[in-house]
Amino acid sequence: MKTKKLVAVFLALVMVVALGAGCTKTQTTPPAQDQPAPKEPMVLRYNLGVEPETLDTAKMTGIPEFNAVLPALEGLTRIKADGMPGPGMAYKWDISEGGTKYVFYLRDAKWSNGDPVTAYDFEFAWKRALDPEVAADYAYMLYHVKGAEAYNSGEGSVDDVGVRALDDKTLEVHLETNAPFFLDLCAFPTYMPVPSKVVKANPDWHASAATFVSNGPFKLIKWEHQSILEYEKNPDYWDKDAVKLDKLVFYMVEESSTELTMFETGEIDYADNPPLPEIDRLKAQGVFKVSSLLGTYYYIFNTEKPPLNDWRVRKALTLAISRKDITEKVTKAGQLPALAWVPPDIPDAKPGPDFREVGGNYFKDNDVETARALLAEAGYPGGKGMPPLEILYNTSEAHKAIAEVIQEMWKKNLGIENVTLTNQEWKVYLATRDAGTFMIARAGWLGDYNDPMTFLDMWVTGGGNNNSRWSNKEYDALVTKARLETDPVKRMQMLHELEDMLFADGAWPIMPIYYYVDSYLMKDYVKGVYISPLGPVDFKHAWIDK
Amino acid sequence: MVRRLISMVLAVWVIATITFLLMHSVPGGPFSRDKALPPAIIRNLEARYHLDWPLWKQYVYQMYNILRWDFGPSMKYESRSVNQIIRDGFPISARLGAVAVALSIMVGLPVGIISALRHNRWQDNVAMGLATLGVALPSYVVAALFVYVFALKLGWFPSSLWGTPKHYVLPALALAGFPMAFIARLARSSMLEVLQQDYIRTARAKGLSERVVIYRHALKNSLIPVVTYIGPLIANVFTGSFVIERMFGIPGLGRHFITSIYNRDYTTIMGTTVFYSVFLVIMILVTDLTYALIDPRISIADERK
Repeated sequence: MKTKKLVAVFLALVMVVALGAGCTKTQTTPPAQDQPAPKEPMVLRYNLGVEPETLDTAKMTGIPEFNAVLPALEGLTRIKADGMPGPGMAYKWDISEGGTKYVFYLRDAKWSNGDPVTAYDFEFAWKRALDPEVAADYAYMLYHVKGAEAYNSGEGSVDDVGVRALDDKTLEVHLETNAPFFLDLCAFPTYMPVPSKVVKANPDWHASAATFVSNGPFKLIKWEHQSILEYEKNPDYWDKDAVKLDKLVFYMVEESSTELTMFETGEIDYADNPPLPEIDRLKAQGVFKVSSLLGTYYYIFNTEKPPLNDWRVRKALTLAISRKDITEKVTKAGQLPALAWVPPDIPDAKPGPDFREVGGNYFKDNDVETARALLAEAGYPGGKGMPPLEILYNTSEAHKAIAEVIQEMWKKNLGIENVTLTNQEWKVYLATRDAGTFMIARAGWLGDYNDPMTFLDMWVTGGGNNNSRWSNKEYDALVTKARLETDPVKRMQMLHELEDMLFADGAWPIMPIYYYVDSYLMKDYVKGVYISPLGPVDFKHAWIDK
Repeated sequence: MVRRLISMVLAVWVIATITFLLMHSVPGGPFSRDKALPPAIIRNLEARYHLDWPLWKQYVYQMYNILRWDFGPSMKYESRSVNQIIRDGFPISARLGAVAVALSIMVGLPVGIISALRHNRWQDNVAMGLATLGVALPSYVVAALFVYVFALKLGWFPSSLWGTPKHYVLPALALAGFPMAFIARLARSSMLEVLQQDYIRTARAKGLSERVVIYRHALKNSLIPVVTYIGPLIANVFTGSFVIERMFGIPGLGRHFITSIYNRDYTTIMGTTVFYSVFLVIMILVTDLTYALIDPRISIADERK
């Protein structure tokens, strides 16, 4: 009897504790839709997905970091909604000396602490990012600037770096070679200015919202690690009339199912990472959206390992899979079968058809007949006598599903029985890939800038990302020649030739599978968000229409 | 006591050494990336974090840093130090952990004891059925279920994020599930065992009321296995759970134990491991001290005085 009482007391106590925590007053629920009050602040809530590694523009390398600074900072240029670079901190520029000299004229803009944004802030920022002691990963993005690589490698002097503030509002830049995409790069975080006075006084100014200084459409006002970033409209921004949002809130929820729950309960308006198993349902609801992304998912052949040292084997393997089946039945997010290397949506020399349309496709999807003939020619008719093959991928359900399908297709179409799948944890996989101790490895490449060169110069002999170990001296020479070419039409012609060489007899170092797309969830009332095909998202012109 | 303290320090040192050896023997480093960095940049980075030093020198340096309790800058989150990461994350994980541990003791213990007292009756069967379920179900399953029912369907609690007391409820319940069930089973079996002991029979034979027998004689002694479990449990739960923090988007410390290894973030791996080890050896010491308080021999001796 008494114990029963005891139970009651204990249970009551537990309930009080548990509920006590729950019943406290909170106003976290988002504002209801039935309040038409026009003065209500316009807020957009986005899931950034991860904690940014840093907000120091010199040191950042990833899309989440870029997204975290794009609202608050602005470079010489800013990418417009049509994907082309438009004026930013610079209101105009002159290009001369065959595209290797730029002079930027800066507008009267202010940092959020009241200091003016000067040409010196740019010179300081670029030289800081190149300083070997600062050890910035993406310093090589600045290697287009004359003398930059030498200084960063410890071989040259900071004084020989080709960037100079002629006065407070004029910046002169000399490039190593002509780079038609340089104005795009000027919008890139590594090229953004830093408030030189602030940095000199406090080298850790970027580590907290209290000391962070902004010059973009929004000001960073809050950074709670692993939790939230908040921005509010910057009243001092030069183009403030174009900015409609009052506030931007970024969350850092990593788990895609949690993100989806938040999206469905209305806690966020926009998210990047829809869980694969839910795609069909989300498509039916109309909230699943895709936009173009400059990237290719592909397999690398290790051209030093027999039987893959025979280009006919490589080509046969490449032709014998159905990319249509993979994109429609496995990846399902709207990816496009890749029948070439450089993805669509990169402009060609002239306005009109893009580089991909001009170049066309290099092979047919699922061309089993040609593949079989090639394999027979290489000495493995019907797959007979084929040594075992191994596909390496980093551990992930998505990569596994694709590898299994390809394994099956090679078996069915080419009669290759012995294909094993090996998965490795990400960093182990990277080490294996770099060491060249694999046969076939899964990989993905995302462009750094909006030009075919970002896909083509990686295949030079000994290139850090040329894990195929394929080598063609003519290819190397043509890359160098294209870098120096100042005539845009001729240059683009050379880039097409480079891509031709990748798929010529004797080559085929890679097997393109699909072109990436950027898939995301967005409520219909979110307007004006610009998602760059390079990945970053710009909220400058975004607004909420409800 | 002095010997005990020395052995604690030794334990942490051994753990730190093994951690150092293991993390440097795993392939891949903090700066290996999908897009290969130019060699000059790798050199700059390695110089900055002293990875260009011979391994023994790095080891000595890291041990020295541990002694100073300054784990250095994170190699992944470049604007934060490891100490700062622990300072930011630990209070959050600890507060959530405290609620979860309190919940599991306050529910688990009485349920276990009542089950023992109602041995083989329906109360016992129901409680142990639930406890078996609680032990068997992984926390992420419980968490997903709670989120679906209480956040998505009923809308009582937020599905994720952190800040208000409401945000504690679902993760704390999910986190408490296993220890609660485990404590209930532990308390039950140990209570049953104690109730078979001679001194309980003696107490009953002397005509003491059931209440006095249970509370004065049985309960205290039956707590020892539970206390043994609770010490390490606190070290474990207070430092955060990767799965729960990830699912609920909680900015705690738990994630760093796992992600730092993925990232080969050497300084963070070392910092979090040493932090956890120190916390754990302290909790084990506290547990041992608690034994002294409730050990039957000591209590009996006290009564004889």
